[in-house]
Amino acid sequence: MISSGVRRARRACAVVASLASAAASANPVPWQLNMSPGVTSISERVHGVHMLAFWVCVGIGVVVFSAMIYAMFRFRKSKGAVAQSWSHNTMMEAIWTIIPVIILIVMAWPATRLLVDMANVENADMTIKVTGYQWKWRYEYVDYYKKPSTVNFISSLDADSARTRQLGSGIDPRTVMDGDYPAYLLNVDKPLVLPVGVKVRFVITADDVIHSWWVPTLGWKQDAIPGIINSNWTQIDKPGTYRGQCAELCGKDHGFMPIVVKAVPKAEFEQWLATQEAEAAARAAATAQVAPAPAAQG
Amino acid sequence: MAQTQGAYYVPHGSHWPIVGSLGLISTLSGAALWMDEYPGAGRPLMALGVALLLVMMFGWFGAVIRESVRGLYNKQVDVSFRMGMMWFIFSEVMFFAAFFGALFYARALSVPWLGGEGHGAMTNHFLWPEFSAAWPTNGPGSVGGTFSTMSAWGIPLLNTMLLLTSGVTITIAHHALRAGHRTRLLVFLAATVLLGAVFLGFQAYEYHHAYEQLNLTLGSGIYGSTFFMLTGFHGMHVTLGAIMIAVIWFRCAKGHFTRDDHFGFEAVAWYWHFVDVVWLGLFLFVYVL
Amino acid sequence: MAAVNPALDHDVHDHGDHKPEGFLDRWLFTTNHKDIGTLYLVFSLIMFLIGGSFAMVIRAELFQPGLQLVQPEFFNQMTTMHALVMIFGAVMPAFVGLGNWMIPLMIGAPDMALPRMNNWSFWILPFAFLMLLSTMFMPGGGPQGGWTMYPPLALEGGLNVAFMIFSIHMMGISSIMGAINIIATILNMRAPGMDLLRMPVFVWSWLITAFLLIAVMPVLAGAVTMLLTDKYFGTSFFNAAGGGDPVMYQHIFWFFGHPEVYIMILPAFGIVSEIIPTFSRKPLFGYQAMIYAIASIAFLSFIVWAHHMFSVGMPLGGELFFMYATMLIAIPTGVKVFNWVSTMWEGSITFEVPMLFAVAFVILFTIGGFSGVMCAIVPADFQYQDTYFVVAHFHYVLVTGAVFAIMASVYYWLPKWSGHMHSEKWGKIHFWSSVISVNVLFFPQHFLGLAGMPRRIPDYNVAFADFNMISSIGGFWFGASQLIFVGVVIHAVYYSRQKATMQVWEGARGLEWTVPSPAPHHTFTVPPLIDASKLAHGDVTH
Ligand code: HEA
Ligand code: HEA
Ligand code: CUA
Ligand SMILES: [Cu+2]
Repeated sequence: MISSGVRRARRACAVVASLASAAASANPVPWQLNMSPGVTSISERVHGVHMLAFWVCVGIGVVVFSAMIYAMFRFRKSKGAVAQSWSHNTMMEAIWTIIPVIILIVMAWPATRLLVDMANVENADMTIKVTGYQWKWRYEYVDYYKKPSTVNFISSLDADSARTRQLGSGIDPRTVMDGDYPAYLLNVDKPLVLPVGVKVRFVITADDVIHSWWVPTLGWKQDAIPGIINSNWTQIDKPGTYRGQCAELCGKDHGFMPIVVKAVPKAEFEQWLATQEAEAAARAAATAQVAPAPAAQG
Repeated sequence: MAQTQGAYYVPHGSHWPIVGSLGLISTLSGAALWMDEYPGAGRPLMALGVALLLVMMFGWFGAVIRESVRGLYNKQVDVSFRMGMMWFIFSEVMFFAAFFGALFYARALSVPWLGGEGHGAMTNHFLWPEFSAAWPTNGPGSVGGTFSTMSAWGIPLLNTMLLLTSGVTITIAHHALRAGHRTRLLVFLAATVLLGAVFLGFQAYEYHHAYEQLNLTLGSGIYGSTFFMLTGFHGMHVTLGAIMIAVIWFRCAKGHFTRDDHFGFEAVAWYWHFVDVVWLGLFLFVYVL
Repeated sequence: MAAVNPALDHDVHDHGDHKPEGFLDRWLFTTNHKDIGTLYLVFSLIMFLIGGSFAMVIRAELFQPGLQLVQPEFFNQMTTMHALVMIFGAVMPAFVGLGNWMIPLMIGAPDMALPRMNNWSFWILPFAFLMLLSTMFMPGGGPQGGWTMYPPLALEGGLNVAFMIFSIHMMGISSIMGAINIIATILNMRAPGMDLLRMPVFVWSWLITAFLLIAVMPVLAGAVTMLLTDKYFGTSFFNAAGGGDPVMYQHIFWFFGHPEVYIMILPAFGIVSEIIPTFSRKPLFGYQAMIYAIASIAFLSFIVWAHHMFSVGMPLGGELFFMYATMLIAIPTGVKVFNWVSTMWEGSITFEVPMLFAVAFVILFTIGGFSGVMCAIVPADFQYQDTYFVVAHFHYVLVTGAVFAIMASVYYWLPKWSGHMHSEKWGKIHFWSSVISVNVLFFPQHFLGLAGMPRRIPDYNVAFADFNMISSIGGFWFGASQLIFVGVVIHAVYYSRQKATMQVWEGARGLEWTVPSPAPHHTFTVPPLIDASKLAHGDVTH
């Protein structure tokens, strides 16, 4: 118990240190205060507009709240303040209408440019079709550099988390690890593997109710709507494991359908894809012999 | 409260609202049980609720009519009633707006998108490659099976004429009331009710025809949904309006109204015109276009 | 005392005791705006406690990672019910109750314009909530799809779907009738001389709010009716296979939903605009600007709805339009904030409990507004959407906004209602306890959201554990603080021996302070004579 407490404390210190050195981890860490800048150029710009808006609000807040607090101390009746009776000042009113307009334009401009870029799903080198189910995701590798692919699998909550998350399981969620990351509820049995440095287009839909596909480090979320396709894109710069969750209430296990993206170098990815394709072909051949095919997972 | 002569009339306590609330909850929980899996419990409960609501309306409106006839309402009270009615009609307009909104959204956005136009290219390509946008439609899943639609220029046109005429007759009746022509008032008011009833008869026939011959049902995809919900709610309003005019006819016959004090009549007339205008919207957007 | 009317004495003696005798006559059949106001307020308090208890279940389950207390299904019921009860049961009825009590008093009217209907508006509500809350005891439990009731998920329930929908219809009927009554009262019942541009800002805020209510509650009714027919009658409004679209529901819902959130804040603006001048002993700064600001917010509220749907995949043009329109709301709201500060400037301020809550409102609501503007920035909102950042945003505007304003108004007007002063000491304890704990409760949720914690989940990764625990501790503390509030109110009404004066607060202005405390059962049966210079907050004619 004590040692785990110490370990936890040490981990927390390390986290604070890493935050300070601005090399924040891509996945959530204890005491994290701010959005991660993510691992794509888009996600960095998203972080940028977020920080701009944040500092603008802090600035306005400092001005408004200082004025208010000054008034609260300076114009107290108990300090002998005598009430004036003015109730207008056209000049001031004009100023505090116009300045916020300017501030808003300053915030809206980079946001608009970013939004236009995010909306541009053209010229992708590969396409992934994502389908949300209660309560898991299906990934289909539609094409890779124009070459169609048959790779297609279901990704759902890992067994450790699934066991731990039962009501009153008595298992400490802190013991659920994926490597050295405490991945409770942020881990899956089979991650989505993506190549680094390739523009990936996602076409996202759902089969039952609305879900939402969200990996914070990619800088966006996109709702998965039954009967509708939404598209979005990403181009990951750094290899790594990036975790996310379903972000639209989809029923009782909404909290238990995580997303894990494993970004690997291009060569490694191509090898992985080839293996998967071979396996898929083998499976297809096997089922063709033992028809009728058993339904895939649930 | 004891009323000072000429002051704003504030009624004594009334037990009608609570009867109304009991009526509402019985009607609605009855309906809910009925719709779901408990019709046995739901139906009687709903019947009880509807009965309570009817009792409430008779009692409540009766009380108001008695007070009105006794001359307790001054001009200011009259204005309150007018505002109440106007804003009530506005709320009804917004209720219909929700359904018109659904119609426009489906026609202008969701159906074209499903068909691959504009924003919907991917949707069409990946999920509904066979589907191309058209109106009327029951969607890419052909929900409810193939159906055909009514021509706007048959019964719907006739119904438009009927309702427009009824708008005229009620206005003539109003003028007659103001001019003190009792017989003309009663005749034209009765004509209005009659026109409304004929309208409803045609609509019932049309629904029957749609279900039996055209395979056009509430379940015919988005077209069936918008068609029946819009015309259905409108029909309910016509029914209500016709009943209200019928009541007003009896009140006219009893001489409740004077040349310049007949708010009950006017309220119903406004309501009838509102129903009329909604129909014009329906005729245009549901049948013609 | 300028606006005292000659008829008042007569009024007090002749009618003051004319309360109906029996309990049922007094409360069930009443047509009196003050009694109906009281009913609304008591109902709202009960609902606040119920909705708050649900929130306590939420916070208790989220106290630690892992599921300790409830199944996910039940957790989702708690979230859904918490929101529905708080919004439709606590905050909206509280404002209607305040409007009922104060609007006739503030404009010199003998009662509401349509008193019998007023009774019905109230007495629908307990039945509506009976229907809604009863679903929790049905097979399959209560609704679990969130207060937004998005299809197809919301249609997955059993009997609770129909019950929830019909209860919402009833709440809608109640709100619409209440709003019609308020508009008719304000437009038709003002005492001679109470011109529109002389009305207190609270009355103005309610006039505009009532308009919003009449415009959007029917749209909600339409939306849930379509849910009902989609579930039970085979329509395809929200089914893509039939040519509909699940997203269409969201458009219709938020066309109601966004104005709805302003319905929950505009009366609060009105209240704060009454309280700050009173305790600053200085006229409200920019009276007309305040009214135009409320009107602009109301207008803009109709064209920003899709900012709740930035991640549904709208066309680019739509996203941009809704982003710009939403950001614009900061301008009129800013005008209000600046005007409140200017009202305090060079005043002579004292900090009685209502003022404490009003000042806390201005600061904390503004913080909630800031996070709102951040949400309006579409690319950033892709990250905030459906996370605890949004939860933090709306609790700042709703709890430290709407609820704090309601509490301020109770402390402000309770002496007028009950005739007794509340305990200043316990009021202050309630205030400080609440204002500290509410920040412990909701501020860390910003961090959770930014770190990536989605909302509406019963369990979470261990990285979110620490701030969740802090938030839960703040939650229990804030909840317990509200018991103090209940105590202060009960004490003031039944046990306090300190009689309230007619004026109550030194700097108070307006007609409501020209009738005795407690306000007699019937007031202004004869319209008061109005002295413009003593009205509301001084000379408001420009
Ligand atoms: C009382 C209720 C209330 C109020 C007043 C507001 C006010 C605002 N809200 Fe909020 N909101 C909610 C209740 C409310 N909201 C709720 C309940 C939800 C979630 C619903 C759900 O999903 O369940 C929500 C969600 C929500 C979203 C969707 C988030 C998401 O789901 O991703 C957005 C996005 O734009 C938003 C924006 C705003 C804005 C811009 C304001 C503005 O009105 C704020 C304006 C105020 C200020 C800005 C502060 C004062 C101004 C100044 C000091 C001037 C200078 C300032 C600048 C120039 C920045 N809100
Ligand atoms: C006016 C509206 C309003 C108000 C006042 C509140 C008040 C509170 N809300 Fe909430 N809330 C919403 C509107 C509101 N909320 C909405 C719209 C949602 C979104 C729902 C959705 O996603 O669909 C939401 C969701 C929501 C969530 C997210 C749930 C989720 O995503 O799963 C949480 C979590 O912390 C929360 C907490 C609280 C707390 C702790 C309070 C506290 O302020 C409550 C304090 C009050 C009391 C506690 C009652 C008084 C005390 C007692 C009865 C005594 C018992 C006390 C103890 C045992 C200590 N609310
Ligand atoms: Cu899937 Cu939430
Ligand atoms: Cu909004």
